[in-house]
Amino acid sequence: MVYLDNSATTKPDPEVVRVMTEVMEEIYGNPSSLHGLGGKAERLLKQARERLARLFGVSPRSLIFTSGGTESNNMAIKGVAFQHQGRGRHLITTRVEHSAVYNVCRQLENMGWEVTYLPVDEKGRVRPEDVEAAMREETVLVSVMHVNNEMGTVQPIPEIGRILKRYPKAFFHVDAVQSLGKREVRPREWGVDLMSFSGHKFHGPKGVGCLYIREGVTLSPLLVGGGQEEGFRSGTQNVPGIAGFVKAAVLAERKRKEAAPRLCRWKREMMEELTAELTGMRVNGDVTEEGGAPHILSLSFPGLKSEVIVHALEEEGVYVSSKSACSSKGEEPSRVLKAMGLDDETAIGSIRISMGLSTDHGEIRHAIEALKKVIPRLQNVIKGVSR
Amino acid sequence: MNDLLLIRYGELALKGKNRSDFENRLTENIREKLKPFPGVKVKKTFGRVLVELNGQRMEPVAQALTEVFGVVGVAPCKRVESDIDRIREAALELVREQNPRPRTFKVIAKRARKDFPLRSQEINHLVGSHILKRTEGLQVDVHDPELALRVEVRKEGTYLYGSDLPGPGGLPVGSSGRVMLMLSGGIDSPVAGYLTLKRGAALEAVHFHSYPFTSERARQKVEDLGRILTRYAGKIRLHVVPFTEIQTGIREHCPSSYMITIMRRFMVRISEELAQRNKALALVTGESLGQVASQTLESMKAINDVTRMPILRPLVGMDKQEIMEISRKIGTYETSILPYEDCCTVFQPKSPVTRPGVERSRELEARLDVDRLVSAAVEGTEWVELKPDKEETEFSFFD
Repeated sequence: MVYLDNSATTKPDPEVVRVMTEVMEEIYGNPSSLHGLGGKAERLLKQARERLARLFGVSPRSLIFTSGGTESNNMAIKGVAFQHQGRGRHLITTRVEHSAVYNVCRQLENMGWEVTYLPVDEKGRVRPEDVEAAMREETVLVSVMHVNNEMGTVQPIPEIGRILKRYPKAFFHVDAVQSLGKREVRPREWGVDLMSFSGHKFHGPKGVGCLYIREGVTLSPLLVGGGQEEGFRSGTQNVPGIAGFVKAAVLAERKRKEAAPRLCRWKREMMEELTAELTGMRVNGDVTEEGGAPHILSLSFPGLKSEVIVHALEEEGVYVSSKSACSSKGEEPSRVLKAMGLDDETAIGSIRISMGLSTDHGEIRHAIEALKKVIPRLQNVIKGVSR
Repeated sequence: MNDLLLIRYGELALKGKNRSDFENRLTENIREKLKPFPGVKVKKTFGRVLVELNGQRMEPVAQALTEVFGVVGVAPCKRVESDIDRIREAALELVREQNPRPRTFKVIAKRARKDFPLRSQEINHLVGSHILKRTEGLQVDVHDPELALRVEVRKEGTYLYGSDLPGPGGLPVGSSGRVMLMLSGGIDSPVAGYLTLKRGAALEAVHFHSYPFTSERARQKVEDLGRILTRYAGKIRLHVVPFTEIQTGIREHCPSSYMITIMRRFMVRISEELAQRNKALALVTGESLGQVASQTLESMKAINDVTRMPILRPLVGMDKQEIMEISRKIGTYETSILPYEDCCTVFQPKSPVTRPGVERSRELEARLDVDRLVSAAVEGTEWVELKPDKEETEFSFFD
């Protein structure tokens, strides 16, 4: 089996599984309990938070553990919107966000908020000057993702952060769920107020995420109760999950420096060989080393249906995705790919190949051969039908 | 081109040997502080300290330096060959790296190396015009510029630097001897420790632990507070005194209104003994005048009665608000407000005496075997060495 759907989810690292097992067996106290067992869990939580804080170069207090990327995004956007609606009711985001941002914005629109959805260029990148042009007196939040989950394009977060320094009343949220282990993230240096992460995207556990909240930023919590996580997120902490999350983050960041060039090389290898061998193929997004994430390759085969390609590849033992896994159940062409100018036919014929930190070159070769075999076959069938 | 940080330090009144002691101590403390950054070099030149980054990111290093007492300012700096083209290039880069971008600037050149072919005025002009031509939205303002770009031409190279980040000021830790801080776990005592560090005293700390009336978490909290202070102090030795027997003894034999006074008298006796054993010259407490009923002048007098060692009370002139402000700034506030019982709150009487008498304290205390209790507590004292960034030792999961 060749698993190339790592942007949907990743296989947990064995080290992560080991840490989580040990924590579940040994450190099962409730961190809020007063006795020694609770104290131990609390200390573990503290150590985990400090370790993660050091990784990002932020203060431990600014990291809040959640149930995943979706919760982090909901908490950041709605939390800020509800807390600061006195300042105004306008948000800015982009047309290429993940549904966990996009649909939160839609929900707020239904509640009477105004949302500006910024366009992107043909690579899927938003222009910093468009952000500035969209700013209004009543703008409370700007939400722009870092690495796009469908085609890997990296958004100019530091540039936008610099612009937003001049608008101290507006908060800046970044969905960085696809970034860890692939690209460097520096929330503080980039002028970001809120940043979302999800454990299972970098070989950690599902059901654990994190939200960076710059110290001093207040937001209205989604979950209230026992006041855990500084009151930002009530509920007994998922101690083994958090330990696994931090372990995975540490490993991913350690591996990133040597993994990124390797993934880049393989991505280029796939692109070049498939471009040479196949007809009617288009590569989406920014595929340069600086402008694109190293692990995601989005390909379009106009005329074919992504679902059919996915199944045909599965028969060859290769697992890829039709656009973003979370939205792949719908028949609609990808909103994100359309935003970068793809027509319906091209968008519907798009697949995403996403590598992980444990992907090896043999798997890449296998995938290339499978595509070379499957795509012309499917194209012939379609041609036959339409004739 | 080399990226450096240029450190200014103050207390200019110091002269002669005092000055060189000060400089050596400061350089040593800076080296110690920057140990977590491999490759960084610290050098002392021309009445300033230079930090060579050698590839380390500037921001965390500069941040670390703002926690070293004695440092008055930290400026990002570039060193280039003394060649006008190089100097112009570096100047432009320095301007572009400024955050936020300045709107006005001027160049202030100084030519320490007199064989350099251009005079200061000419350097000002050449560097200034180079920057002006290549930077949008920037003007010269010779009277009140947002960025004063300094260019110093010296023998070993030319240094360029702009505005600096403010440092904490004060005296290098260790230059004023050693003190024993009575660290309770509240908001005040860590601030008192910080202010004493600021005036150059090295710190040891003493904490009174009354298990099971105070929990392991209370002790942990004090260790955490001590560890936060190590950011400014380097190392801190924390002495943890077993205090249960004394507290229960006082509770049994003395009226509750004198509980606090007598307890403090015991604490001071024990702290003095520990100070002497560890060569500390004074005690430090977080008391402020009249802040709570037990911090009256009468109360201080009754407490001072048991020692001849100086007791420093750096918070005596401060309001609670000011203390909390410092506590937030130095990062101890959030830990201080964790709600665990400590030795001062656990047996808190309903109505402590506000004007305790010295004689009365002595009388009441005589019901206890003071000397035996004190020496047992001192003998039973354990210590831990607190160091910066050594907090992640309990679990090895994340190594």
